[in-house]
Amino acid sequence: MSDPVTARTPADVTVGGAAVDGAPGDDHRLVVEDLSVRAGRLGLVHDVSFRLGRGERVGLIGESGSGKSLTALAVMGLLPEGLSASGSVRVSSVDHDLVGASDARLADLRGRVLSMVFQEPMTALNPVMRVGDQVAEVMEVHDLASGRDARRRAVELLAQVRMRDPDGVARRYPHQLSGGQRQRVMLAIALANEPDVLVCDEPTTALDVTVQAQMLDLVVRGAAERDAALLFITHDLAVVATVCERVLVMYGGHIVEAGPTRRVFTAPRHPYTRGLVRASDLGALGVDGTDGSLRRPLPTIPGTVPPAGAFPSGCVFRNRCERADEACEVEPPWDGLPGDGAACVHPYDPEDTAAPGDTAASEPGGVT
Amino acid sequence: MTTSTTPTPPDGDQPALLEVRDLVRDFPRPRSSLLRAPEPVHALRGVSLDVRAGQRFGIVGESGSGKSTLLRLLAALDRPTSGTIRFRGREVTGVPERRLGFLREDLQVVFQDPMGSLDPRMKVRDIVTEPLVAQGHPDRLGRLDELLEAVGLPARAADRYPHQFSGGQRQRIAIARALSTRPAVLLADEPVSALDVSVRAQVLNLLADLVDEFDLTLVFVSHDLSVVRRVCDTIAVMQEGEIVEQGPADRVTTRPEHPYTRQLLGAVPSLERALAGQDAAGLAAAAGAAAPGADADREVRR
Amino acid sequence: MSAATEAIVLPDSVDVVEPGRANWSLRVGGVLVGLVVVVALVSFVWTPWDPYLVDGTNRLMGPSSSHWLGTDQFGRDVLSRLMVGARTTLYVGIVAVSLAAVGGIPLGIVMGMAPRWLQTVLVRANDLLLAFPALLLAIMFGAVFGASTTTAMVAIGIATIPVFARITRSGTLQVMSTEYVLAARAGGRSAPAVAVRHVLPNVTSLLLVQASVSFAIAALAEAALSFLGFGTAPPIPSWGRMLNEAYSVLAVSPLQALWPGLAIATAVLGFNLLGDGLRDRLDPRLADAR
Repeated sequence: MSDPVTARTPADVTVGGAAVDGAPGDDHRLVVEDLSVRAGRLGLVHDVSFRLGRGERVGLIGESGSGKSLTALAVMGLLPEGLSASGSVRVSSVDHDLVGASDARLADLRGRVLSMVFQEPMTALNPVMRVGDQVAEVMEVHDLASGRDARRRAVELLAQVRMRDPDGVARRYPHQLSGGQRQRVMLAIALANEPDVLVCDEPTTALDVTVQAQMLDLVVRGAAERDAALLFITHDLAVVATVCERVLVMYGGHIVEAGPTRRVFTAPRHPYTRGLVRASDLGALGVDGTDGSLRRPLPTIPGTVPPAGAFPSGCVFRNRCERADEACEVEPPWDGLPGDGAACVHPYDPEDTAAPGDTAASEPGGVT
Repeated sequence: MTTSTTPTPPDGDQPALLEVRDLVRDFPRPRSSLLRAPEPVHALRGVSLDVRAGQRFGIVGESGSGKSTLLRLLAALDRPTSGTIRFRGREVTGVPERRLGFLREDLQVVFQDPMGSLDPRMKVRDIVTEPLVAQGHPDRLGRLDELLEAVGLPARAADRYPHQFSGGQRQRIAIARALSTRPAVLLADEPVSALDVSVRAQVLNLLADLVDEFDLTLVFVSHDLSVVRRVCDTIAVMQEGEIVEQGPADRVTTRPEHPYTRQLLGAVPSLERALAGQDAAGLAAAAGAAAPGADADREVRR
Repeated sequence: MSAATEAIVLPDSVDVVEPGRANWSLRVGGVLVGLVVVVALVSFVWTPWDPYLVDGTNRLMGPSSSHWLGTDQFGRDVLSRLMVGARTTLYVGIVAVSLAAVGGIPLGIVMGMAPRWLQTVLVRANDLLLAFPALLLAIMFGAVFGASTTTAMVAIGIATIPVFARITRSGTLQVMSTEYVLAARAGGRSAPAVAVRHVLPNVTSLLLVQASVSFAIAALAEAALSFLGFGTAPPIPSWGRMLNEAYSVLAVSPLQALWPGLAIATAVLGFNLLGDGLRDRLDPRLADAR
């Protein structure tokens, strides 16, 4: 595929390290390269590349229509009918590419090597099956435990996700549980077979904040105890900052920025990331706002996210970007390190790592 | 309960626009036993509050707190089991729909789901002017352009259907509809919860502008304390059908008195705190939810 | 107003729908139904032969250049009788479905919007009617009022009312639970206005499908009743009547049963496809796919 040293592989693993593409699978639990998702002729996700290390927690953030959920589904091999993936998705313990693998092969991997927690716990659980049986089932399907043994493990797992009275909960049906409890059952199912990679797609969006806090804690612990790589998808910047060490920012089906959480949120380089961070800052709670700072209008990103297929050519953000000019009409190269930078012709200067001359490509009329 | 549930008017001379006293709403539960009558769900257990003209009143609570039930009662879309609501001193509870004109004209609602609150088979023109039609206003179409402009939509939006707009634009349509009768009070039920972050900022700014421009009294219901603090000057915190704390927004969010408010404040993930080193375990601890099965026996309605 | 002046870009349609499908069923259904309608209309001004003309010398003939579809056991021209029979089918379908819709839709809306106790009473009563077979009702009507096309279609229509009422109610309940109905009520809309402005348009697609299915069922029921001798009285041609008459000569001339059978199948298929196509077409969310 593409040369890993050149710009197109935005996110690389090891936070500080210069992991310039060793043989995939050395230290990486998940390696995604040039992953694209299309619906017929319509491209929805474009050349997404990233890597997840052992025990690493990476956030994938974006608004609706950014392609973040499609990326997760493509990684899981769960794209809906009519959508197709290309590129490469590899997991360390599996010797073949997941893209293009047969359904049977993928089914064997899902729930064992790769597992996922969905946003809506009610629809993701079978309403006519006791939750204990549902947790046990995922172990039985993969022949990792069976019968009484699987039941016993299921109760243990429910206890691990801090279910009070796990025995009793195991015998209940999903509708008898609260939203938070259902989501913890989903997590127990996802963790049952000690997966290498745990994908969470907005796992707390439907939950109350107090329940969310506990769920996030359980997700992080569950992944850490298994040394699993965590891919955490959300639109909530505060949540991602709480959970993840590294973030990937998606917009219009592209990864537009990647880097360590702190760097991305304190010194965003891509104008979209910057707009997103500023728009989501409602003012810190617990800090006195009587100075009138709360009455000032919030900074916004002008316009709206275009529908799929209506993004501009070149830089997908250029029709909403204050820095856009003719140079943005071609697809922007990756600016910065593979795992820490932005796909932008005119990135904001990082405040800590001054990089003059970075924006050399900004000469007007240089490209058309 | 550290604060009293009966409101203490900050300046007693101004009469309240909305007066709520001892509001109770029980919902019947489906029968599950032949012998025992089911215990009703107590959605509201005696809520009292005053909303004064020009106030931006926030109601915060989690699911099952009764905040949405309260909002529906305020809009006279549901009847309380007991208690009273007065609007401009006039009784609202128990009044038949045909004599609620005074309320329908002066109090409008914006709902959470900007898709669900717009009839998919009606054009924007008909959606926005519906309250005017309902109340027999003249010059509906002249008002239409004005309303669309006020919420930042082009005039040609009028001939389109709701599904042709993004979530934020749909919420603008819903706001235009709510403003059509020039109401004095706007009730907003989680109006930005279904919106993306960048769009949320746009809609919050729009609401703030409109509240100033049209001298609206705002009642803003949300689960999100940071949004409510941004928009409102007064906050009431609800838990399990009761108001557990009420006061000026700054006081409630900086010096909370009720333990539940403190728990809520701790549980809201914050970029600042996260960048200062708060991880998921720290957040869970701050939320007080680290205890095993914190929500194990929480009542789930519906 | 700062927030208000932000540029708003109206998106073009984003819906990903299969554009061909609605068109396809609408077109094919339209052509089939159109065919039946045209044939019925033409039969008023022209048929190859007099459909009632008995010709003892030319009985049970196969298709030929003078009788394109042959003749029946009385020597009558089959094509001419099929053409006139199309009138009966359409007539029965339209009247029966209209009757069912006029009775069933308002009932269904009331069943979905009335106070709870009234809903319970009406729903139970409706279920009772629903359990009563349409054909049995038609046979009873036929016994009491005499067998005729009118009796058959009124009976079929009345028997279909509960079906419409039930479908309308389920749609009404769903619409009544939406926030746009809440918003309309908050805007001061009265219950009848909500019913007309919001409920009715949003249950139309459900009803259209039901109407086309009911139309097909009514056509079939008329055929069945005529076949049993409780519908259209001889010698007036109807497709069911023709099928009945073909039955007695089935061993000698199976073609006699084929023609009316094909006609019935064509009409039923046509109405079903048309209903499907119309539903998709009338939904503004799908309309852009065109």
